[in-house]
Amino acid sequence: MATQEELHQALVDIGRANPEGHQGASTYLKLLDYSVLQQCIHCGMCLPTCPTYDETKLERNSPRGRIALMRKIADGRLEITQAFGQELYFCLGCLTCETVCPAGVRYGEMFEHARADIEQVGVLRNPVRNFVRAITLRWIFTRPQALRIAGRLIWLYQASGLEFIVRKLKLTRLLPARLRALEPLMPRVQRYFSDALIRPIETPPNQKYRVGLLTGCVQDLAFSQVNRDTADVLLANGCEVVTPPAQFCCGSIHAHNGELELAKQMARRNLEGFDLERLDALITNAAGCGSHLKNYAHLLQDDPAFAKRAKQWSKKVRDIHEWLAEIGIRAPTTSLRQTVTYHEACHLCHGQKITRQPRQVLRAIPGLELVELPESTWCCGSAGVYNITQPEMSQKLLQRKMANIGTTGAQIVASANPGCSAQLEAAVRDSTLNVKILHPISLLAQAYRKGDAQG
Amino acid sequence: MHKIAADLTRMLGSQQVLWEREHLVTYGFDATAALEATAGCVVLPKTTAEVSEVLRYAAQNKIPVVARGSGTGLSGGSVPVPDCIVLCLVQMDRLLELDEKNLTIHVESGMVTQKVTELADAAGLLYPPDPGSMKISTIGGNVAENSGGLRGLKYGVTRDYVMGLEVVLANGEIVSLGNKCVKDVAGYSMKDVFIGSEGTLGIITKVLLKLVPKPQAKKTLLATFSQMDAAGETVSAIIAAKIVPCTLEFLDRITVRCVEEYMHLGLPLNAEAILLMESDGHPVVVEEEARQMAEIARGRGAMAVQLAQNEEEAIQLAAARRTAFSALARVSPTTILEDATVPRSELANMIRFIQQTAAKYEVTIGTFGHMGDGNLHPTFLTNEKNTAEMARVEKAMAEIFDHAVSLGGTITGEHGVGLAKKAFLPKAIGDASLELLRQLKCTLDPDNILNPGKIFD
Repeated sequence: MATQEELHQALVDIGRANPEGHQGASTYLKLLDYSVLQQCIHCGMCLPTCPTYDETKLERNSPRGRIALMRKIADGRLEITQAFGQELYFCLGCLTCETVCPAGVRYGEMFEHARADIEQVGVLRNPVRNFVRAITLRWIFTRPQALRIAGRLIWLYQASGLEFIVRKLKLTRLLPARLRALEPLMPRVQRYFSDALIRPIETPPNQKYRVGLLTGCVQDLAFSQVNRDTADVLLANGCEVVTPPAQFCCGSIHAHNGELELAKQMARRNLEGFDLERLDALITNAAGCGSHLKNYAHLLQDDPAFAKRAKQWSKKVRDIHEWLAEIGIRAPTTSLRQTVTYHEACHLCHGQKITRQPRQVLRAIPGLELVELPESTWCCGSAGVYNITQPEMSQKLLQRKMANIGTTGAQIVASANPGCSAQLEAAVRDSTLNVKILHPISLLAQAYRKGDAQG
Repeated sequence: MHKIAADLTRMLGSQQVLWEREHLVTYGFDATAALEATAGCVVLPKTTAEVSEVLRYAAQNKIPVVARGSGTGLSGGSVPVPDCIVLCLVQMDRLLELDEKNLTIHVESGMVTQKVTELADAAGLLYPPDPGSMKISTIGGNVAENSGGLRGLKYGVTRDYVMGLEVVLANGEIVSLGNKCVKDVAGYSMKDVFIGSEGTLGIITKVLLKLVPKPQAKKTLLATFSQMDAAGETVSAIIAAKIVPCTLEFLDRITVRCVEEYMHLGLPLNAEAILLMESDGHPVVVEEEARQMAEIARGRGAMAVQLAQNEEEAIQLAAARRTAFSALARVSPTTILEDATVPRSELANMIRFIQQTAAKYEVTIGTFGHMGDGNLHPTFLTNEKNTAEMARVEKAMAEIFDHAVSLGGTITGEHGVGLAKKAFLPKAIGDASLELLRQLKCTLDPDNILNPGKIFD
């Protein structure tokens, strides 16, 4: 079977010690426009906002320190070493530094290039890491069917009671310590994925717009109801919703983990999946995806076949809250008498500078009281796969977040990113805190549904 | 690991000594453009005793020691001397005492300035100095550089709030200088010698600061001028009218354009100058002073005067000044922020000279700054990779400093001399003063191990 050969090749590729033979030297950082690296004026304003620096107070663990290292590497004055690799994977990629940077440094871009260098040179390679990366990045997250099969298997494990038995009998003790710590982090996979919940085209009676809906990967498996809710909210606001049943991963997981070429491939596949000319907007409800989807224009700027289309794509991508604010939210007629606090996903508030609109969505719901969350823009430690790769720092950040949530007294935490939601849900399961984690759009959809039922 | 790092690791433990190249690179610079060097190792002490131990070791072995807080300095003061020990004090950041009866706060020198402000604020008090980097700069760094800020005219600078210091001398001896007494003339005021000493005379480990009651009210106005002289005259007239505003800030034409391009605040692009004015204190006085300042600005030909009606509007008006540096810093790869300072009466002259000099050397300089205290920030927008342009920048800078000195001003109002202004110091203060500085340094640091080569050679 061709796919099996491909898997084999993926394993071989990723396991190769050093395919290009550039031990220690940079390819990707060197390719970056030098002005990007030079833009940092090392003023230090990023330091107090960086979660890792705040924890360690070591310059190396700050954006300014990391940029200094990256610049040295691009200048050929420092080799790509294991310590450099570890440092760049200690970074959350939360992009808070971009928000506060007075000089407009594009840290995210440097960070992605640095990680691509690290992977190419291979300073962090080991058999387990290579295997996991091959299976996930190269295999599962490049094939919609593989992803759904993986999701189905996890669902079977969780829904069949097997998980319950394993936990009851404490069989997880048989796992290596690292995996044992990860097991509770596994998000609850849903019985129905997005394609079972949303028809390819759904049209409201009073259609004003036509939009594409991006269903995501984790969102599709673990939070498919959020996708259904998003479709409902769009329909309730006069948008025809076009949802291709099989969609490709947006590639953010690849771009953030040093696989820039794969990220480009995924972007191209997505560009082919939507008829852009016929859509007013492309809607995403996952902050991490949205931030990356808006970057397609930049990612493919040197690709003659796709550059133009990618530009058009980036212009049309909207986070769902952003889109609703643009077209005007239809206020629900019934009220939800609850208190909610809003946790800001990094890739929404820092990656996309969207802070006002999700609050607008929550405020549009009658009766819902919004209590501001202290340090709402401080990373919760989920950060893509950070909670898996850096469990210690991730837990520290999560505890800080949970303590802040506790002070609000809210019954609901609204969060607009599947990574954050899964991380917070796992923490809530382990704590005495009685809160529900919901997407702001799910709350809005609930209010609409309640209104329809009553009226 | 070389010997020094190994010795220090034995003394302090491996957690507090950094020597790997990936660490050293990140302590090789501060916020000054184009200055860099590599230390031998970095030490992160947690107590005064540890600082003393490190200094005793350095003195015995004649190893240079460069003190550092968060590395936000703008004159290269904390840039390492090659192979030195960098003494980074950020982990010494404890609150020792907030004394509401005597209105003082006692902290370790690594505490971030913002934290000092927040602690004071929570007690209904104010720590007035507000340098631009206060969100991350350390209070020890502020004292070592005698930092200023936006409120200098009314509230003074860091020196005006330091009541006492704990300092570790070059030989490792620990001295405590000053106390909570408002009046104290027992001996020389030695604490004042260490304020602004840029890490060349001793290592500041604890700081006792004076706090003041928080003003009850504040009023903000923004005036736009089509002529630079009109703005200058407005400032002079405000001072002459016996008004002491807490803020009297200025942006020149280039800065206004950059801010407008970045923030879209609706600033007029034909403005030659913008003044941000704020009065704080008793509500009745504040109201009256704001009215008077608006009248003075209009009388001197301001194109527009906006008076904030509430807190939200005040924040809006202040946005132009608050974002000035960011707006300039994103224009070009290298941003050099200078701080030439002149007596207030010479401001219009100085600003005009800066603009002429920029034109003469074909360099871009955006100027903003503190009109109230004569402290200007001519900001060079350039590219350090462009050697020809950098040479012109150097020439323009030298002329600007010369002119400031010739007007009775100074080469640095609040950034310090460090490495960046070292060449200009002899002309600015004269040979006799420089010799006095040298003698003092020689007395306190005979082996020249504390931040050698900074301020003067």
